[in-house]
Formats: sequence, structure tokens, C-alpha cells
Amino acid sequence: MSKPNSFLDRIKSFFAEIGDMAFFAGRFFRELFSKPFEFRELLRQCYNMGNRSLFLVIVTGFILGLVFTLQSRPTLTQFGAESWMPSMISLSIVREIGPVIIALICAGRIGSGIGAEIGSMRVTEQIDAMEVSGTNPFKYLVVTRILAVTLMLPLLVILGDAVALVGSAIVENLKGGVSYTLYFNQVFDALKFSDVFPATVKTFFFGFAIGLVGTYKGYNCAKGTVGVGEASNSAVVYTSMLLFIIDFIAVFVTDIFYTL
Amino acid sequence: MNSEENKKPVLELKDIKKSFGDNHVLKGFNLTLHEGENLVIMGKSGSGKSVMVKCIVGLIQPDSGSIRIKDQDIITMGQKELDFLRTEIGYLFQGSALYDSMTVRENLEFPLRRHKDKIENFQGTEASVHEALKSVGLLDAIDRMPAELSGGMQRRVALARALILKPKIIMYDEPTTGLDPITANEIIQLMRSIQKEYNTSSLIITHDVDCARVISNRMILLVDGINYAEGTFEELSNSSDPQTRAFFKN
Ligand SMILES: Nc1ncnc2c1ncn2[C@@H]1O[C@H](COP(=O)(O)OP(=O)(O)O)[C@@H](O)[C@H]1O
Ligand SMILES: [Mg+2]
Repeated sequence: MSKPNSFLDRIKSFFAEIGDMAFFAGRFFRELFSKPFEFRELLRQCYNMGNRSLFLVIVTGFILGLVFTLQSRPTLTQFGAESWMPSMISLSIVREIGPVIIALICAGRIGSGIGAEIGSMRVTEQIDAMEVSGTNPFKYLVVTRILAVTLMLPLLVILGDAVALVGSAIVENLKGGVSYTLYFNQVFDALKFSDVFPATVKTFFFGFAIGLVGTYKGYNCAKGTVGVGEASNSAVVYTSMLLFIIDFIAVFVTDIFYTL
Repeated sequence: MNSEENKKPVLELKDIKKSFGDNHVLKGFNLTLHEGENLVIMGKSGSGKSVMVKCIVGLIQPDSGSIRIKDQDIITMGQKELDFLRTEIGYLFQGSALYDSMTVRENLEFPLRRHKDKIENFQGTEASVHEALKSVGLLDAIDRMPAELSGGMQRRVALARALILKPKIIMYDEPTTGLDPITANEIIQLMRSIQKEYNTSSLIITHDVDCARVISNRMILLVDGINYAEGTFEELSNSSDPQTRAFFKN
């Protein structure tokens, strides 16, 4: 294997990899619906992922709400639009910042973990061992993990959004004297189904992307311990890029729906 | 052990070829393993020994040639049949390949997930796990994690896992490599006792001369992708060919 060096080579291998990943995704959907289902492993993965990211999501969400509100206040105050704070903050967080930030955090936490775990199983031949003992490793390792992140990420994002709004409410309460009841009344007034729904749908795709890239990188990991680090690292890099692309597409599609 | 020749073959490789790009690893390798036989394969590291055993269990597809296990062609068979046939083969991986996120017990239970029905008079998962661990003398390690075990113990657990479905053929990929001489010897003795207890035919890949001397009925030297020489330990170690003799110098 030759290392890609020129920029053109990089682009070429990037698209070749996208093609491979599409195949990998195709295999995921084929094996998703074929028996036997690895239900216990799925539950275990859901629990692990939620458990491992919970603290991170809470801390990040809280600080996000706090900082975002502190930064926005002066500008809105200048225009005398302080009373718009709750609705503006909640819309930005729920529609855009919350999902993207939480997904990026989880790409770092969950995506790299999957890449490293499956990569090291590949390198140490644990995947081969599964295969010869009659368990389909693709189903057992890949399908369960992709499914688990796809299901868990929306929950983590909802949690992160909620904590961020709490952080924001605290700032508003301390700095602007807005009561918590008033703050959350305004928040729920501002948030419509048409804000929450596309944002939530988007997070399923984010979760899928994190799981897909992580498992793909791990499953095709090169031999040696260098390969494992590489798998874990490039899982995060690719996923982060992919998240922004998905976000762009999602915003684009949502926009078309609104103008219709 | 001349009677081995008359016994029926349980495993036959004919003219196996396998290349990875320009790297021509196997160039027409032949092998016949008879019932009850201990066949040792020796070859330099990187000569394709592991690739050869992986072809046998269907982890790697050879480019050409045929592989027959108990008169069934494994290259053309479907996934279901392949999975079933794999239960007849125990495979001790070169690096043990224990599932490091699972306990010893869970490692051993893993092959039973799909193949409980394969074991004759199955007494339950627990009983099977206990029996396999007992035959490698590690029953007290049942709830430990692989990382807590020494290299020799890991090898034994891996062996127990390979044995749990009571395979008729066992393939050992470098069972003593990376172990100190005392532990290596323990593993060799264990292999012998397992052969008696489970009445298996074994394919043993090694470059450990002591291991080969103790355990082999017959040997094949894998050089340049083909069976370079074949014979008993005595025949090969006293061969007039310097390249053959070179394998037996410690
Ligand atoms: N999956 C693979 N892809 C590419 N090359 C491989 C693969 N597996 C093994 N090889 C190559 O095949 C050769 C033989 O490897 P192997 O069978 O592991 O040697 P050994 O005899 O030490 O077990 C090596 O050159 C190795 O690089
Ligand atoms: Mg090898």
C-alpha cells in the first residue's frame, strides 16, 4: 500500500473511502433485518454509550447554555430586546448548537471508542475468533453499535439541550432577574413542533454517522498497534467532517420544506 | 506409527494458492491430515503458515485449490454449512485471541451461543464450561478477565475455548511461541493429554523443535509456499539436505 501524498491522491482516496463506507452501510442495512438479532448486546451497548457520555454531555450542555447566554445578553440589551432572550437562546440551542456540539462531543467520546475497540479486536484476531465460533461478527459488533449510537444520540442531545437551557435560565435569573417560570414559559412558547422535529430527526443521522464511521474504521483496521490508533483517530476526524455535511444537508432540506 | 498412513484422511488440501497483491504466499501447498494423527507444520515466520490455517477454516479464501474436511469441500459450501463444519475444528489462534472485554467464563460460553445442539448429551452451558476449563487445569480462573492472566494461562483458556465444542480436529497456531520454556513444556503436555482425552487429529504449527519432537507423528516443512519436505521428525532432522536440517538447529 502506498501512502497518498499529493493533494489529488488524497481527494481520490477520500472518495474511494466514501464508496467503501457506502458498501459498509449497505451491509449494515442488509444484516440489520436478518436473524438472529443480537438483542442483549444491543442493550448492553446502549447502556454503555449512554453511561459513558452522560457526564460529558451534562457538563458541556450546562457550560454551553451558560456561556452562550452570557455572550448574547449585552448585544440584545443594547437593542432593548432583552425580553427576546429566552426564545432566541432556546431556538439556537435546540435547532442548531445543541445537536452539533453534543454530536461532536460524542464523536470524540463514542466514535473514537468504537474505532479503537473494534480495531484492536481486529488486530488481535478476536473478530476472526468470533467468525469461526459461529457468531457473525458484523452483526454482533457492527450492527449493534451503529444501532445503539443511532438510538442513544437523540436522547443525549435532548438531555444536553435541556441542561443547556437550565444553564441559560440561571444566567437570565441572576443577571436579568427573569424568574425561572417566566423563562421556561417563554421557551416553550417559542419552540414549535417545526423546530423540534427536524432537529431531532437530524440527531438520528448524526448518531448513525458516528456509529458507521467508528465501526468502519475499526473493522477495516490495519494490522499493528499503529493501526488501532489510526482507526480511532481517523474515526473522529471523518465523523466530525461528516456531521457538518449532514447538518448542512439537514438545514437545507428543512429550509426547502418551510418555503413550500 | 505406520498405521497412520492407512487411516482415512480427515483434512485434505490440494494445490492451495494464495497471493496478496504481489506477495505470493502459498504457491501450491498440499496437505493430508489422517485421523488421530499429529501433523506438525514448520516454516519460517512470514512463510504463510497462518494464512494456510485461515484458509482451512474459511477465514481467508484461497485463490485456487481445494480444501476438503471430512469429504466436504469448504470453499464452495454455504455459510450455514460452513458454520456447522467449523464446530468440528478447534482453532487455537497465534495470539490466543481471547475476547478481552469478557471474563474467562464468557469467553468459553461464546462458541456455545449458536452451537449448543452440536454437543452430544449436552449438560448445560455451565457444565460444558467447567469441563473444558478442568481439562486445561484452570477452573479457578473462571471469573477472571483475560488481562489478569499470564501468557501461559491465556493460552490455556484459549485452548479450553477451542475445545468446548469437542472438535474432531484441532489446529494449533504456534502454541508455544512467546512462552518461557517451562510454560511451553506445560502447554505441550497439555496438548498431548487433550489428544488422548478428546481423541482428536491435530495440525500443529510451530518452529519449536522440542515441541515438534515430542508431539509429531509426521512433519511438513513449508518453504517458499510449497511443501518443501515431508516425513517423520527423525527422517527430516537427519536429512542430507542442508535447508531441511537448518530447521532443527536450536
Ligand atoms: N490479510 C492479509 N493481507 C495481506 N497480507 C497478508 C494477510 N495475512 C497475511 N499476509 C501476508 O502473508 C504472509 C504470511 O503471513 P503469515 O501466514 O501470518 O506468516 P506465518 O507463517 O508467520 O504465520 C506475510 O507476508 C503477511 O504479510
Ligand atoms: Mg503465523
